[in-house]
Amino acid sequence: MRLAKRSRARLPRGEGAGAWLAAGSVALSLLALLALLSLLAIRGLGHFWPASIALVALDDGRQLAGEQVREVPLPDGTGRERLYRIGNRDLDGTRWAWVPVSAIAAVSHPPELMVLERHRWGEAIGRLVAVESETGERLEGQAARAALENRMTELASLRQARDTLRDEVVLPRVQALQEGVDVERQLATANARLRELQAAMQAGHLTLETASGERWQVPLDQILRVRYPNAMSPLDKLVVWGEGVWRFLSEGPRAANTAGGVWPAIFGTVLMVMLMSILVTPFGVLAAIYLNEVAHQGRLTRLVRIAVRNLAGVPSIVYGVFGLGVFVYGIGGSLDEWFFDAALPSPTFGTGGLLWASLTLALLTLPVVIVATEEGLARIPDQQREGALALGATRLEMLTRVVLPMATPAMLTGVILAVARAAGEVAPLMLVGVAKLAPQVPVDGDFPFLHLERKFMHLGYHIFDAAFHGGDVQAAMPLVYATALLLVLVILVLNLTAIFLRHHLSTRHGALSRR
Amino acid sequence: MSFVQDLSSSPDSAALIDFSPEASSLAIRGLSLAYGDKPALRDLTLRIPRHRVTAFIGPSGCGKSTLLRVFNRLHDLNDEVVRTGEVRLEGEEIHGPAVAVAELRRRVGMVFQAPNPFPMSIHDNVAFGLRLQGGLSKRKQDDIIEWALRSAALWDEVKDRLRASAWSLSGGQQQRLVIARTLAVGPEVLLLDEPASALDPISTLKIEELIRNLKTHLTLVLVTHNMQQAARVSDYTAFLQDGELVEYGPTDTLFTNPRLRRTENYITGRMA
Repeated sequence: MRLAKRSRARLPRGEGAGAWLAAGSVALSLLALLALLSLLAIRGLGHFWPASIALVALDDGRQLAGEQVREVPLPDGTGRERLYRIGNRDLDGTRWAWVPVSAIAAVSHPPELMVLERHRWGEAIGRLVAVESETGERLEGQAARAALENRMTELASLRQARDTLRDEVVLPRVQALQEGVDVERQLATANARLRELQAAMQAGHLTLETASGERWQVPLDQILRVRYPNAMSPLDKLVVWGEGVWRFLSEGPRAANTAGGVWPAIFGTVLMVMLMSILVTPFGVLAAIYLNEVAHQGRLTRLVRIAVRNLAGVPSIVYGVFGLGVFVYGIGGSLDEWFFDAALPSPTFGTGGLLWASLTLALLTLPVVIVATEEGLARIPDQQREGALALGATRLEMLTRVVLPMATPAMLTGVILAVARAAGEVAPLMLVGVAKLAPQVPVDGDFPFLHLERKFMHLGYHIFDAAFHGGDVQAAMPLVYATALLLVLVILVLNLTAIFLRHHLSTRHGALSRR
Repeated sequence: MSFVQDLSSSPDSAALIDFSPEASSLAIRGLSLAYGDKPALRDLTLRIPRHRVTAFIGPSGCGKSTLLRVFNRLHDLNDEVVRTGEVRLEGEEIHGPAVAVAELRRRVGMVFQAPNPFPMSIHDNVAFGLRLQGGLSKRKQDDIIEWALRSAALWDEVKDRLRASAWSLSGGQQQRLVIARTLAVGPEVLLLDEPASALDPISTLKIEELIRNLKTHLTLVLVTHNMQQAARVSDYTAFLQDGELVEYGPTDTLFTNPRLRRTENYITGRMA
C-alpha cells in the first residue's frame, strides 16, 4: 500500500477554534490510549521484577521482612502508611502487612534474605538457617546454600523424569489396558518406579528463620525456586524478570488462578478465534455475494440488508443465550442422544464447549463480515463485471476470477473486524463453554487431536475470574493487569496477521486498495 | 457494388442504403426494447456490413449504447428489459434457444467507454478469455497473446513487462490492452462503446488508426459522441434519436448531404 499524496482542502492550521478542537480531540484520544497501555504494562510487567526485600525494624522492637508495594496517606490524615508483602501466609494467615511510617525505626536490605517460591501458600521470606537431608545430615551457612542449590537441580531432573515416565509410559499403558491388552505387569513396574521417584523427591527439608525470629521447616519438594533479591545485580534481576515473564506465558495457572501462568488461556483464546474465523468467513462471504450479486435488488433485499446491519448491534449476551439454548441444549443435546448415549447422563456435546463457543461468536460477528464484504463488492465497478462477461465468462467465472479476487481485501477487513470483536468478548462465552480452569487444552496427541467438545480457558474470562473470584485480590491484581495487557497484545497480533495477509493479497492483485 | 442497394430515391425509408444478407454481418429487424415501461429502442431495422466500420451517432439517451448491448446480449443481466424483434448474426438468431451466450460473446467482442483491464498482469489480462475456453497449450496461448498484442499495436510497448500489473499502463495503453484481450478470443464482430471518450488526443488517434486496421478481418460497430471521429473512421453511419433510426447511409453522404433536417441539425450542432 503506497500512501498516495493527497492534496485536500484542510482547515487552516493555527487559525480558529475548529482546528484546535479537532487536534485536541486527537491528542486526547491518543493520550487516553497511551495511558491505558502504560498502566497495564507497568502494573502487569512490574510484577515479575524481583524487588528488594526490606528488613523493617519497628519502634516497639518487632521486625518484619517484605517487599514494599505502596505507600498511602493514613485515613485520618496524620501521616502515611506502607504496604509490605511479607509472604509466609501459612504462618501468619496473611501475606500483607500495613505499617505506619511513623512506627518504623530503621529499614535495611541484608543480602542474606531469601525468597522461596512454593507450590502452595505463595512465597516464603526469611533467612536460611540449615538444610537437612533425608539421612539427618545437617548443613549450615554457606554449605547450606550450596546444598540447597544442588538439591534444586536434582529436584528439577527428578520432576522431569517423573513427567516423562507418566506421559510416555504410564498413560499409554493405561489406555492399552482399557483396550483389553494385557500390560498389567509393565504398568505395575512403571508405577513402582513412579513411587520411587516420588519418595526421592519428598526427602529433605530446610529450616527458615523469619524476621520475627520464628524458625520453621519447609519440605524441599514444595520449593519451586530460590532467590536472594538483595544480593542480585540489576542484570541478574533482569534475567529473573525474563524468566518470570516466560513462565507466565508458558505455564498453567496455580493456586486458584492467583498465581502461575496463563498459557492454556492464550491457547484457548487464539484457537477459539481461529475456529470462529474459519466458520464465519465462508458464511459471511456467501451471504454478501448473494445479497449483492445474485438477489434481485428489491424491497425485500433492502429489508434483509437493514436487518443484517441491525444484528450487529444486538448485545453479545443475547447471542450467548441463543447459543446456550440452540447449540448447547438443542443441537448438543440431540447429538448426545444419537451418538454418545453410552456416556449419558454426563454430557459430551450437550454442555458448553469449544465448538459451541466458536459458533456463537461466529454468529455474533457474521453481520460484520457481511457488511464489509458487501461494501467491497459494491465498490467494484460494473465495467469489470461486464468486461469479464463480454469475454464469454459465465456469471460464476466472472465471480470467481474477477469479482472475488478484487473483493478479497474487503473480505479480510471484515475478518479483521470480526476477530477484533470476538477476541474481546467474554459475556457470551460464560454461557457456552469457557472454563475457570480447564485441565486439558483442546488440542493434544489423542485422536481426533482437536477436541471440539472440551471446555477451554480464555484470557478475558481469566481476567474476570482472577480479579473477583480469587481468595487474595491484592495478590491477583498484578496478574490481572498482566493478563489484560496480554489480551490486548494477542488481539493486536491476530489483527496484524490479517492486515499482513490483506496487504499481501492487495499488492498481488495490483494497486486495488487505491481505487 | 452489387451487394449494396441505394435506397436514396425512396423517401419513406430511414435508410439511404441497404446491404444484401450475404454482405452483412448483423441483421436487425423490427427490434424494440424497453426498460420496464420506458421504451429505449423503437422498431429498428437495419443491416450492418461485414468487414466495415459502422458508426452509431445520436444525442445522449438515444439508445445507441443500448443497441450495442443487444448484439452481445449483455442485456440478459437486466431482468427489467423487455425486447421484441430479431437480431441475426451471420443469419442465425442470437436469441435462439440453441445459442450459448458465452459462445456468442466470444464471437461478438465488446470494448467499453472507460478502460477496464482486470487487476492482473498484462499477460493474464490477454490470457483471460483463452483460459476460459481452456484446452490450449501454454505455447499456443503465448503465441495468441503476442498476436493479439501486435494486432492492438501494443506489443512493442509492453513486450518487456508482460508480468507487470495492467493498471500500471496509461489510459490509452489500457484501452488497447482491452482491445487485445478481446481480439485474443477471435471475435467476428467488435463492438466499441465510445472507446476513446476517456482518452487524450494522441491516444485517441492511435485507437482510430487501430480501428481502421482491424476492419480488414473484423466487422466493427462504433458508438461515438464525436462527429469528427465518426467521419474519420467509419464507412457507414446511422443516426439515432429517441430510440428510432433516423437516417442510415454512407458516412460521406450522411455528413455532407443529409437527407433529413433532423440529421442536419444534429451534425451541424444546432441541436442541444
